[in-house]
Amino acid sequence: MSLSVKLEIYEGPLDLLLHLIKKHEVDIYDIPIALITTQYLEYLKLIESFNIELAGEFLLMAATLTQIKSKMLLPVLNEDGDDEEEDPRMAIVLPLLEHMKIKDAAEALERREILDRDVFSRTTSLEDIGIEEEELISVSLFDLLDSFRKIISRIEDKTHMEIILETKNIEDRISEIIDLLKLMREAAFEKLFIKDRSRGELILTFLALLELARIGLIRIFQNQTTRDIKVHYVEESELAEAGESEEEKLLEPDHTNDKIIELKRNGDQAG
Amino acid sequence: MTVSLKSIIEGLLFVSDIPLTPAKISNVTDGVSKDRVQKTLDELVAEYEELNRAFVLTYVAGGYQFRSRAELSSYILQLKKKAPARISRAALETLAVIAYRQPVLRAEIEKIRGVDVGGTLKTLLEKDLIRIVGRKDLPGRPMLYGTTKKFLEIFGLPSLEALPTLEEMDSMGMNTDEGRLF
Repeated sequence: MSLSVKLEIYEGPLDLLLHLIKKHEVDIYDIPIALITTQYLEYLKLIESFNIELAGEFLLMAATLTQIKSKMLLPVLNEDGDDEEEDPRMAIVLPLLEHMKIKDAAEALERREILDRDVFSRTTSLEDIGIEEEELISVSLFDLLDSFRKIISRIEDKTHMEIILETKNIEDRISEIIDLLKLMREAAFEKLFIKDRSRGELILTFLALLELARIGLIRIFQNQTTRDIKVHYVEESELAEAGESEEEKLLEPDHTNDKIIELKRNGDQAG
Repeated sequence: MTVSLKSIIEGLLFVSDIPLTPAKISNVTDGVSKDRVQKTLDELVAEYEELNRAFVLTYVAGGYQFRSRAELSSYILQLKKKAPARISRAALETLAVIAYRQPVLRAEIEKIRGVDVGGTLKTLLEKDLIRIVGRKDLPGRPMLYGTTKKFLEIFGLPSLEALPTLEEMDSMGMNTDEGRLF
């Protein structure tokens, strides 16, 4: 596949590190650096295998992690225990802590009684704050990748027999998914891969989903408790009214229990 | 017929679509002292709170404003035929960095968030939630960002000082994050 997807995501390397730290339930002050580095690099490889262009920050972090790992391997020569070597991991622990604090602060802000969401004043200008309307893709890339990895591994468990007969292209796959979702309105993420027989097909489906999310035809939600990922079809009427959407919005399935995570796309020339 | 100061202030608040500061009220009441205005405002706040009506007098962005109670939001949104204001995660995190670290450089925000924030900054500027507060004396004279009055209004904050400190948040246990995604 010579398709290259350029995706600007709101999650960066620090988010990926936190994701891994949470996933393995490790102590942030005592990060098993070898494990986390390996995992981190695996994620990068996976992301790159989709031809998704990675932001430079991801590679910088990879270099930092590798450097820390090698420093940890070196014996610390402490002459008379004089100059205490700083734990090389502090180079990432401090930014991570700062990052977590800000995430907490962001959540605290979100819990406030927000004007035009929770509370209303007299004759507000009624101007929507709708900061995200144009760029909501809604999903954590890393959770998506996790699910996708599970799906891939299922296929790879079977006796490996990949017959490369890829006649399909991404456009076909996209229209197939749209047809399916039009019918069902909503589907479990894994269900959309059910027909795929090879790694190539799986990746095609995955890329098709990313593309659909990017152009706003689908939304991807994750249930906070079950962690199930659902793909929700965005009705054309909703699309047409995107932003100002009126009744449709109110009729939307209640996802209050679902955490909507945005894969934020900052527009192409965000830089 | 004489009208009480309390009625006057109540009437001004009733018709105003922006939070009224004690200074503003003092200006339009032939110079009733700010202290007296403040005292009357305090009384009004307490009265509305006690009445348990559908709206309360809220102290926000340095002024006073009637706001509906949060429990009514779903009905009000139907009346207004509007989707609730939504603020993306990226916008919230960027706002949080700016609110706590202002005046702050874009590079500093990106260091904390770990991602490019160019697009988010642009949106936040457009929505008047942040503003450029100056330039840092560094090569290239990079811009410094800070939050606006509208930021305080949207988030119902009397002032920046009213933000809980990051350390307070830790001790309030908000750091323990069941169900958090990252």
